[in-house]
Amino acid sequence: MEILESGLYDLIQPPDIDGLRKWNRENKSMALESKLMSEKEAMERFVSDGDYVGFELYGTCRAPLSLVRELVRQGRKNLRLAGQGLQDVDFLLAAGMVEAMDITYVGYEVHGLSPVLRRAAEKQGVKMVEWSNAALAWRFKAAAMGVSYLPIRSMLGTDTFKYSAGKVAECPFTGDRVMLLPALILDCGVIHVHKADQYGNCMLEGISGFALEMARASKKLVISAEEIVDNEEILKYPDRNVIPYYHVDAVVHAPFGSHPGEMPYLYGRDEPGIMEWLQVTKTEEGASDYLDKYIRNVPDHAAYIELVGGEEKLKELRALSVGR
Amino acid sequence: MELKYNGTELLICLSARIMEDRSSAFIGTGVPMLAAALAKRLYAPNLVSVFEFGGVGSSLKYLPRGVGESKTFYRASVASGICDIMETAARGFITYGFLGGAQIDMYGNLNSTVIGDQAKPKVRMPGSGGANDVGSFCWRTIAIMQHDARRFVEKIDYLTTPGYLSGPGAREAAGLFPESGPYRVVTNLATLGYEEESKRMMLISTNPGVTVEQVVENTGFELIVPDEVGQSEPPTEDELRILREEIDPEHLYI
Repeated sequence: MEILESGLYDLIQPPDIDGLRKWNRENKSMALESKLMSEKEAMERFVSDGDYVGFELYGTCRAPLSLVRELVRQGRKNLRLAGQGLQDVDFLLAAGMVEAMDITYVGYEVHGLSPVLRRAAEKQGVKMVEWSNAALAWRFKAAAMGVSYLPIRSMLGTDTFKYSAGKVAECPFTGDRVMLLPALILDCGVIHVHKADQYGNCMLEGISGFALEMARASKKLVISAEEIVDNEEILKYPDRNVIPYYHVDAVVHAPFGSHPGEMPYLYGRDEPGIMEWLQVTKTEEGASDYLDKYIRNVPDHAAYIELVGGEEKLKELRALSVGR
Repeated sequence: MELKYNGTELLICLSARIMEDRSSAFIGTGVPMLAAALAKRLYAPNLVSVFEFGGVGSSLKYLPRGVGESKTFYRASVASGICDIMETAARGFITYGFLGGAQIDMYGNLNSTVIGDQAKPKVRMPGSGGANDVGSFCWRTIAIMQHDARRFVEKIDYLTTPGYLSGPGAREAAGLFPESGPYRVVTNLATLGYEEESKRMMLISTNPGVTVEQVVENTGFELIVPDEVGQSEPPTEDELRILREEIDPEHLYI
């Protein structure tokens, strides 16, 4: 296939499908064994310096923030990141743990730009390779399919392509110009769900974002869940099992794990909590003080929940859910 | 009696009037959410709202603050995921796509990534997100912009989302789907479209109280001004009442 154009950047994670297959053969097990563990153990065991990591869903909705906070607590160096998010990406950038990212969108929508992202790009020189949202999700999908690339009809003709690591080629069947999206394999994917059993079978409610694709594109996969359910619930409703246990390496019980983000049907987002982050991150010192106060000086997620208001606060957030 | 309204309310009403019934609209945060909600109540009851992370057909009873929130699929027909939605758009199901940005040029190309150099930017903005996909896949895109010469520029710093690229035929030559692309630009000064042959931005109508000269002065490239330019109707009593009392009673956006 003749390559007509190439994005300016090199890939920050190679699409090694043979390597993924080998990894899965050697490291994944079909055995039903309990993978329940704490945030601390999960992050210690499954995220290493230099890893390429990704978080789902979208920063303030069903986001695995108890695990992100634990990662900041432990500290890591030179992480590479799938940059599609808000507070998840912000926390890691503010903690200086990120070397490079495949970025699609980091911002606060109604509340505007992320000051942390601005400093990372404008002053700290964090490398950013550009993609669109569909492109990033389809890159996971390609990996999940076991193919090294997918041809798509987006990003063409733009700087979003030019500053990517994609390629443009002619379709051998139609002659159309197509963009070739390299598969994206995560060293570690981190996903928050509504329910999981001890083996790692997962149920979620509401939009699935890119959880299904990312789970299958991850070499190591850490799940946190609002509720740990008996395996019997999966056996009764196997059609609702969206991430089968054999993909999963760790299961963490994390009620209100998405705080200050929301969890569909369970609790609404803590707007003052999000605004506090946006306010303090206007300065580097402010961001650092926040990380100390809410993360580094707090031993674990349970203590974090107490710090932000405990049961009173949770009651308030439950009432904010819009329901069905 | 003259009705009082603010600039955001006007943008919402003008955008709501553009959408036809029995169509679909890919919605971004802010004005598009309110425009779709208003259109559904007044002009296009069968309009289907589409949110990129999986929500399709919500009643939009509650206003979301972001495109991945629960409110985007509250009592919706579908709560799927981003691949499903983007693939649906790629298959040609989505009529309108809303876009925004810090800069736009005469071909409707948009920048929402950087001011300055990509590797060492003066200002880093959020990035494409779903915008590039919306601009690539939707049949008709509608950009909502603040209108001034710093935003309506000859050359944008970075081309995040495709408009007509460099002009007639350029989208198709780049590999984008035929017959898709920019349709309208709604601003605080005017509603604009694109001239059929040249694909260049063209004034359609000015907002209430705004002159053609004002629009031209606030546009940093040569704008096509046809012999006949319309004047948009101000928001009606009905539009404002529904907007303020039903759609955004907490004044989150208006």
